[in-house]
Order: sequence, then structure tokens, then C-alpha cells
Amino acid sequence: MHELYAILREITGYIYPNEVELHWGILIVVYPYITGLVAGAFILASLVKVFNVKEVQPTYRLSLLTALAFLIVAPMPLLAHLGHPERAYEIFLTPNRKSAMAMFGFVYAWYLMAVLLLEIWFDYRGDLIRLSQKEHGLKKWLHRIILLFSTDTSEESLKFDKKAVKFITVLGIPSAFLLHGYVGFIFGSVKANPWWSSVLMPIVFLFSAIVSGIALLLLIYMVTTLMRWKPIDMKCLDKLASFLFYMMIIDFSLEALDFLHRIYESEESIKILSQLVSSKLFVSLVVIQLLLGMILPLVALAATKLFPIPDELRRHIYFISALLVEVGIFTTRWNVVIGGQLFSKSFRGLTAYKMTLLGIEGLLMAIVLLLLPFLILYLLTLIFPPWPEAYETPAEAEATT
Amino acid sequence: MSKKAKRKQKKSRRDALKTLVKSSLLLFVPLDVPNDPKLAEELKENLGGYDPTKHLWGMGIQIERCIGCGRCAWACKTENKVPKEPFFFRTWVERYIVHRDGEITVDSPEGGIHGFQPITTERHILRSFFVPKLCNHCENPPCVQVCPVGATFRTPDGVILVDEEYCIGCRYCIQACPYGARYLHPEKRVADKCTFCYHRIVKGLAPACVEVCPTQARIFGDLKGRASPLVRFMRMNKINVLKPYLNTEPKVYYANLDMAVK
Ligand code: SF4
Ligand code: SF4
Repeated sequence: MHELYAILREITGYIYPNEVELHWGILIVVYPYITGLVAGAFILASLVKVFNVKEVQPTYRLSLLTALAFLIVAPMPLLAHLGHPERAYEIFLTPNRKSAMAMFGFVYAWYLMAVLLLEIWFDYRGDLIRLSQKEHGLKKWLHRIILLFSTDTSEESLKFDKKAVKFITVLGIPSAFLLHGYVGFIFGSVKANPWWSSVLMPIVFLFSAIVSGIALLLLIYMVTTLMRWKPIDMKCLDKLASFLFYMMIIDFSLEALDFLHRIYESEESIKILSQLVSSKLFVSLVVIQLLLGMILPLVALAATKLFPIPDELRRHIYFISALLVEVGIFTTRWNVVIGGQLFSKSFRGLTAYKMTLLGIEGLLMAIVLLLLPFLILYLLTLIFPPWPEAYETPAEAEATT
Repeated sequence: MSKKAKRKQKKSRRDALKTLVKSSLLLFVPLDVPNDPKLAEELKENLGGYDPTKHLWGMGIQIERCIGCGRCAWACKTENKVPKEPFFFRTWVERYIVHRDGEITVDSPEGGIHGFQPITTERHILRSFFVPKLCNHCENPPCVQVCPVGATFRTPDGVILVDEEYCIGCRYCIQACPYGARYLHPEKRVADKCTFCYHRIVKGLAPACVEVCPTQARIFGDLKGRASPLVRFMRMNKINVLKPYLNTEPKVYYANLDMAVK
């Protein structure tokens, strides 16, 4: 309770007494960040299958596994922040149909079961059968169970797999939009809160999700390739970077539109919101989200398009830009979630957020939840090797090295 | 309320599958169930003869009568065992000071429970007044709309309640209430707010805050009753509600509400 007394000293103006406690903390920042990465990674994967962008093929399986790894973690921050996590199942049993949040369970289950798992299964089936034939012991059994004991590697069945993957991807794109657009809707539909309430919110969420997903895959692709001592495919990297660039431009335009719209309409809340932006959110919104997370990487990426820059340097630029973008999108989520709670609904005052370090809703927990998907991703790559060398016979491997 | 909640829970498991199927089909069909007949029956059974369908509760507030003594806020905390710390209120009192230069300052020290310090400023003051606040028991309540499990609900007599054995503590309702009327109960870890002292009104008593107000600034009553004090109050005064543009349709009515009040 004493941390609430500490906040009392930081309040400027008037806030309703019940607003001293801020209710959605760092975990609710982590949640949309993670679902955004899921949606973004999946959209990248679908570029390969649906839009036939051959260059980014090396990231296809990685994208799927990344999406899965993050999707597994996605409900955890939500669960951890509940006052009564043990009652969470009620969302499935007696959902309130009018509540945006109640749909979480269904959207999540749909995306996990009907989209990601199925797509991974069909995509890996043929390869895993071949792999399991060479394996022994536990690994063999694990793969056979995952395969549901399917052993058919006939031409037709492989063709069917391909078709299935394509079909699921087509289904998956709107699903990914739904998954993350819906998270935007949770905020965008709160009419009590002018910082959130915007019809653009789901769309802004979506494009920032795609941006964060592509940037993440760019990073993961570079790191894993280096770790395997393989050469980086520059064509793939260039393509990733240019997708990142275009998506960032869309994202930036949407956010600029939202900003202009607010200023131009200049509603009742404009005074308190501009106070918010110029004081409590200045560093996280103007400096980090806008300058470091958006403008700087945009300029850097534009430079790689305009000038002939040697591969080595280009790789560095891509890497650093993608890192900055990740930090930028994280602060975007922060500015939405935390920023939306720093001003009073009386529009007469600002309050503060004091993040705790320990505890179930603290900073450490958030860091763990952000690192956990990488551990899961590592385990997934052991079960579903995303790299071609895993499926080569020793003779083939010999030939390629 | 707890028996009711438990029964509701059992029923919920039974109906779980049905609901699951229905809700996935009706995901995007907005359906309005303003008066759940089952709930009315349940309440009637539990409340010993009280018929919720016969009433519609509301509150009137006469701003110029409020002297800012804060006894209502104090009585509420005592009656409803609201945690004593100054961050949890079912009702509180605000003081508005409108300065000559147009600046408006508002305060509510500890929710106004211990009254207010005299105004000492040298600046010229145009007007100053007190405003008691509480949950507005909105007819179109965003808090009910957003609750993912239906723990926040509307009774047939128009009161918005939280089922504390059902609430998962997600706090979406706290975000959705435009009036800051809700808080998370620090021990129970569930959303909590004004109930119009439901346990009292079903017995024919007035809410605690109304009971203790020395100036009768608060008028509680039945909007369905012809000659209720509330209806009389609404006939005699120009009425306004808080943030009417949000279309929440509050049932707490203010007489002579100043435009400074938000
Ligand atoms: S005032 Fe707030 S808590 Fe009360 S009914 Fe309206 S929205 Fe719900
Ligand atoms: S905190 Fe409780 S009452 Fe409020 S929306 Fe969540 S489950 Fe419903």
C-alpha cells in the first residue's frame, strides 16, 4: 500500500481518488507486444506461401516457429495479472458475448489450433517422416507421435500437404489480423478513455505488429545463421529490410494521421493529452518511440536503398535498425497501455506509474516472459529443425561443405 | 449474494457447453438482454419477498445543499467495509473552486471523508461548491458491457452489481468506467463499487450515505414510484447527469450541475 502513498506525491492537478492505483501495468504492455510479434511473424511467413516472395523462403519455417513460441507465452502475462487467475476458465464457460475481452479465448484457440499448429504440421510432415526414418530412440518416437504415425510420403500426399499449407495460410492471414486487430479493439473501444478510443487503434496495432514481426525475424535469422556458421543470404536480408521499410512507412503514416486528427479535432481531452505527451510521455513517446524507434531506422533503411552500401555495412545497418524498431514498438505498447492510464478521466490531472521490480506483476516477471519465447523457440527448433541441413544425408552434407 | 453466486456457478458449468456453442456462433451478433427473467426470479427467492421488477432505483443530488462534511463517504466506508486507505471509494466528495481568471481547481483530500480545509487563497474566487460522486448505475453501463465473464451485471431494479465470487479481477471494467467509480479491492482482489447499499434497499431502507447526510443533499428513490421523493425532486429541478455525451445514461441526477464538473 505504501507505494500508493508515494504516488500521491507525484500527482499533478486532480485525479479521482480511485485512480491513484494504476491497474494495467507492465504485464499488459508485454501482452500486446507478444501477440503483435505472433501476428507479424505469421504475416511474414504468409508472404512466402501466398504471395510467393521466394527471397524470404529461408525465414519461412523460422517465422512459423517464432509465431508459435510467442503464441504459447501470450496468455501468460494476462493470466499473471488477474486478481483471480484460478477463475480464468470462466472466460470459456460463461463468456459475456458483448465483451471484447471475452473473445480472447476463442480467438486464441482458433489461431493456435486451426492455424499455426496445422500449418506447421502439414509443412513439416514430409520432412519429419524422412527424418524419423533415420532416427532412433526417444527422438524417433517423439517425431512419430507428432506425425500421428503418418508415414505416407507418396507424391500425392506431399502435394496435398502443399495445398493444405497454402489453404491454411490464406485462412491464417485474416486470422492473424483478427488476433492482433482484436487486441487493438480491446483498447480502441474504451470510450471512457480518449487516449485509447479510436477506430484506427486496431489498424495501427496491426501494422506495428507486422513491423515488429519482420524486424524480429530479421534479427533471429541473422543470429541463427551466424550461430550455424552459414553465410547470410543477402537477397533474403535485403527483401526483409525492404518489407520492414514499407511497413514502417504505413505504420508511421497511420500514427501521424491519428495524431493530426486528434490535434485538428481538438476535443475536450486535448489539453490534458498534450500535457501528458510533453511531460510524462516525452521520453518514451517522442524520444524513443518516434525518434529512435521510427525516424532513425527509417532514415537508415532508406539510405541502404538509395546508396550502394557494401554487404558487411548493410548487415550492420539492418541489424541495428531492427533492434531499434523492436525497442520502438515495445515503447509504443508502453505508451498506449501505461500512457492511457497516466491522465485522469476527469481530464484535470496526471498521475504516475511506479513499476515494481519483484512480484508477479513486476519488471522481472516481464523480462522472464519476454525471454521465455526464445527458450521455447530453441526447443522447437530441436523438434522441428527449420534448416535444410537437418534433412540432408551425410553425403549431401559433405557435398555442400 | 454468495449463495446466489454459487448456484450461478453450478448452473454455469451445466450450461457451459451450450453457451460455448452459442457464443461462438453469435460472436458478432449483438444481442441485448436488458432484463434477465431468470435473475429476477433468483433475486426474488433470495430476498424474502422483495420484487426487483417493481422498482427502478436512482439518486438525486442537490449540489447547493452539500456542505462538504464528508459524512456520506465515511458512512459508506463503514457500512460496506470499504478499505480505509484513501485509494478506495464507493462514494467521495469533490470541491470545485472557480477562479476569476477562469482557472478551476478541484480537490478531494482523502475523498473528503474528513471534510475540507478552508480556502485560503488570495485570488479572487467566482464560485465554489461541493459535488458528491458515486457509481451512476448507468442504464447503458460500459462496465457491464466489457466484463468478460459477466461478473458485473445489472439487476432488474437497475442497480449495477459485481459478483465477487465470479469476478476474475481483470479490471477491464475499471478502465471502462468513465467516472472513476470502481476500484480493485486490495484483499479480495475483485472489482468493487457502490451498490446503492443493495442489502439495505431490499429491506426498504435508504443507502447509508443518504441516511447520514445532515442536509439531505442526497435523495434516494424509486423512478417507477409515482410520488417518490426522487420523482418529486426531478419534477422540481433542472437536472443534469455527468458526461451525458458518453451515452451511459446515468441514474444519479444532479440538480444545478456546474459545467466545471466532470
Ligand atoms: S458509473 Fe461506472 S461503474 Fe457505475 S454503472 Fe456507470 S460505468 Fe459502471
Ligand atoms: S474485474 Fe471483475 S467485474 Fe471487472 S471486468 Fe474483470 S471480471 Fe468483470
